[in-house]
Amino acid sequence: MSALLSATCAVPAAGAVLTAALPAGTTGARRRTTKLVALGVSALTLVLAAVAAIRFDPHGDRYQLTESYSWIRSFGITFSLGVDGIGAVLALLTAVLVPMVMLASWHDADPDPTPDAAPVGTDGPVDPGTIERRRRTQGFFALILAVEAMVVVSFYATDVFVFYVFFEAMLIPMYFLIGGFGDRAGGPESARQRSYAAVKFLLYNLLGGLVMLAAVIGLYVIAQEQGFGTFDLRTLTSAIADGRLQLSGTAEKALFLGFFFAFAVKAPLWPLHTWLPNAMGEATAGTAVLITAVVDKVGTFAMLRFCLGLFPHASKTFAPAILVLSLIGIVYGALLAVGQKDIKRLVAYASISHFGFIIMGIFALTSQGQSGATLYMVNHGLSTAAWMLVAGFLISRRGSRLIADYGGVQKVAPVLAGTFLIGSLATLSLPGLAPFVSEFLVLVGTFARYPVIGIVATFGIVLAALYALLLYQRTMTGPVKEGVRAMPDLKARELAVVAPLVALTVLLGVYPKPLTDLVNPSVNATLSQVHETDPAPAHPVAATPGGEQK
Amino acid sequence: MNATAVLAAAGGNTPSIPAPHIEYGRLSPMLVVFGVAVAGILVEAFVPRRYRHWTQVTLALAGLIGAFVAVVVLAVQSHGFTRIDLLAMESVALDGPALFLQGVILLASVVAVLTYAERKLEPKAGGLPADAFAAQAAATPGGEQERAAVRAGFATTEVFPLTMFAVGGMLLFPAANDLLTMFVALEVFSLPLYLLCALARRRRLLSQEAAVKYFLLGAFASAFFLFGTALLYGYAGSVKLGDIGDVISGKAMTTPAQLASTRSDVLVLTGLAMLAVGLLFKVAAVPFHSWTPDVYQGAPTPVTGFMAAATKVAAFGAFLRLFYVAFPGLRLDWRPVMWGVAILTMVVGAVLAVTQQDVKRLLAYSSVAHAGFILTGVIAVNKQGISSVLFYLLAYSFVTLGAFAVVTLVRDSKGEATHLSSWAGLGRRSPLVAAVFALFLLAFAGIPLTSGFTGKFAVFQAAASGGATPLVIVGVLSSAVAAFFYIRVIVLMFFSDPQPGGPTVAIPSAFTATAIGVGVLVTLGLGLLPQYFLDLASKASLFVR
Repeated sequence: MSALLSATCAVPAAGAVLTAALPAGTTGARRRTTKLVALGVSALTLVLAAVAAIRFDPHGDRYQLTESYSWIRSFGITFSLGVDGIGAVLALLTAVLVPMVMLASWHDADPDPTPDAAPVGTDGPVDPGTIERRRRTQGFFALILAVEAMVVVSFYATDVFVFYVFFEAMLIPMYFLIGGFGDRAGGPESARQRSYAAVKFLLYNLLGGLVMLAAVIGLYVIAQEQGFGTFDLRTLTSAIADGRLQLSGTAEKALFLGFFFAFAVKAPLWPLHTWLPNAMGEATAGTAVLITAVVDKVGTFAMLRFCLGLFPHASKTFAPAILVLSLIGIVYGALLAVGQKDIKRLVAYASISHFGFIIMGIFALTSQGQSGATLYMVNHGLSTAAWMLVAGFLISRRGSRLIADYGGVQKVAPVLAGTFLIGSLATLSLPGLAPFVSEFLVLVGTFARYPVIGIVATFGIVLAALYALLLYQRTMTGPVKEGVRAMPDLKARELAVVAPLVALTVLLGVYPKPLTDLVNPSVNATLSQVHETDPAPAHPVAATPGGEQK
Repeated sequence: MNATAVLAAAGGNTPSIPAPHIEYGRLSPMLVVFGVAVAGILVEAFVPRRYRHWTQVTLALAGLIGAFVAVVVLAVQSHGFTRIDLLAMESVALDGPALFLQGVILLASVVAVLTYAERKLEPKAGGLPADAFAAQAAATPGGEQERAAVRAGFATTEVFPLTMFAVGGMLLFPAANDLLTMFVALEVFSLPLYLLCALARRRRLLSQEAAVKYFLLGAFASAFFLFGTALLYGYAGSVKLGDIGDVISGKAMTTPAQLASTRSDVLVLTGLAMLAVGLLFKVAAVPFHSWTPDVYQGAPTPVTGFMAAATKVAAFGAFLRLFYVAFPGLRLDWRPVMWGVAILTMVVGAVLAVTQQDVKRLLAYSSVAHAGFILTGVIAVNKQGISSVLFYLLAYSFVTLGAFAVVTLVRDSKGEATHLSSWAGLGRRSPLVAAVFALFLLAFAGIPLTSGFTGKFAVFQAAASGGATPLVIVGVLSSAVAAFFYIRVIVLMFFSDPQPGGPTVAIPSAFTATAIGVGVLVTLGLGLLPQYFLDLASKASLFVR
């Protein structure tokens, strides 16, 4: 039993504790130490996650590198980890993005540069904000590492209960990240809006999680009555697959809906999406990337792993309804993105549209759709991270989130504008960039089974072109606006964040084979759990791009 | 110990009455606590005033820890709770639930006594350190006599023996095997609590009002309990829980009187309903909860913590014994009613808490909601039901004690600042205290990796396997509502700007710090590694009949 997976989870967790315990950052040097420690921890996590992904053999067992530790025997809970292709890739994505987010947010948690005249006296009245400001940096980076640890556990967990616990627990550090560290662009009422956004995020997700808790308990009780007093995913899925564990039709549907509700809130699926624009709008750009590119992926990932694996019949029953919801999400998110005045909210609505594609790919129940959805999770993570982080750099320079405050940036800051353009083009799925491959696969996979839905979803791409290019046009081209004139271009640190993301977006757009090779066997295994095969083509289908055929 | 026969004095031809057989050794936890309580009264009478505080604290802690050791020894001797017994002429049960709950009550009392002993928070009175209790309870609030008492530095060290009496009663309550013993235990722990509620140093009138309310309503509840006992005696011809259970299930219909009375369902159902009213009052279940916010708010905060934790443990212990030993045969009659009570309790507690503006009232309504969650476990009527309730009580009592201990720290010039608006921005002034309180709130809300989650999971799981799925769904939804108000407090502490002139966090002595530390440890411990205690609760979940 190798301890690789648990090490990958434990390193950021320990790092979070360590970072939080570092001495308070009154000086720039202290804060720098904190940041470097956190960055180092996340780099180590990246190495471990990469080793796990490399050591995963796509042609081997479904779950590999498995570990299992006794945790709560009374409820048949073991702390068991294991990785399949999908989990390996998504954990790797998380580990790639976290250091980028840290670098991008390097100064977001520094104390406000307000004059802090009154020194901390021994008995004089302490300035109320002082203490908090001194520990801000530690708090911010420790929370990011805590989120990373919990997300990685969620991707690796092969025990339903363990997954649930971390799925739910990650809300708390996320909540403090959103509510405690806003971007500086907000006005005086921004603190209130930020705490509103944080609470909305938490309540939506907590409600989803609690409904899932009822379903988790229900699953356990039903399984226990039939002699499976366990939460082990592999035992449960295999018992369900070969009929040793029988769920009645109603029970299966109810449990499916309980699980799906939680994941749909997290993902987010229309109409449960309304927390996302608030949260992404008010949080720092780095936190927004954590939300949309990392945490939300746990929702879509869990649909693949838990909804399809545990409740195959109900998945098939509800698939058409879910497809319709995701279709609405695609079009609705894109339409609202077109109309946004706020850059970060625009990115949030664009993400809602993209999550529609991901969920559509999952529930089309075809191999192309699902491998497209899995690739989409990765590609959306990379491209949105690039787009959002550059947008964050832009916003931090001008101090405003409003699109109308920008114009002609490409004349002043060409590198910034150029990277922003690549992010925009990736978002609209330009061929040659990574999201194209996945979006194409999702559409092909959906069309094969539900042609009408596939056709309507295509309009999402058109709208994506509209909102992405309009945003670029309004902010970057045209006459140089007042307030933009002296805007500096990207600094070395910012380039170091953007360059790898752009490179990965291009690389995976041209050559997605390593990714598809890793993911496809797991996708096929998932699909076979639902007893679903691809519909026979009415006529020979041309080979799909990206090494689909093997 | 051998029974000694005592002959009646008159004549000798009257039949001899055997002295009751008392197993002193195996009743030692209660005897130690009662003994310390009596000794505490002697301390009040004989020890000079300036030594009293330390003497009482030492005595109380030593007594409680000694009693806890006795409980542990008894638990070890019971071979994993397999050797279970009836003691003291079958009036006291020595079984798993009794020992487990006695252990919880004793540990909770140790923590509570630590918060009682705190004397660094209040400004000195009369040159002597002051605690949270009135200088002279009998003095008119705001009167000259009271001012004189404060100037003289008087202290009500009687709180320690009073608490010890209450603890003794609480130890007996979940172990009582007949209705009369149960009633006596109820009174023994209730009466000191009524007094303790009236002893707050600050806001004397509010405190006295709380005591009067608690006393009046509590007296009603006790009367209901007693009347129910009488009716059940009329029905079953015995006050022993096991006998009542046998008569209900039809196992023991030996005498014509019993045969005649078993036909009368009115007696048994009315009696059961009245007992239930008495107990539901003590656990603060809706619709018998209305005293909770007033009493929790008015009582001295250390007492509130003690009451909220230990009373709930004791009362639910008795509840379990009553419904699992005496009335399992009437399950079909009481379960629907209890369903209704549990649903009402969860929903009303959670919804009313949303509107609260005072942190102690908020915690009071939260305790109402938690009573509802525990009731879902009670209703399960299976072994998991018992063990999950035991575990929940353990988890809940330490979170509660910790939370109230934190409340004692947040103060302004008028004493504790309990209005929520003054907690705004606490996380910026005192991140550590705010973080600890946030942890307790998250545990109340049942967030994973805290003890609250494990407990909630256990009771909901028991309820679901007992066929009460709708209750679980209501429980989950009211948890979501409850989460809202816990989170509201967290928002207030961390994301709101501090008010100018708001409260400060007093630096406590080692007593309160230890109490809070224990609360944090147990909350995290039972969230991360609950297996040992789940096992213990599971092993302990067998009632003797």
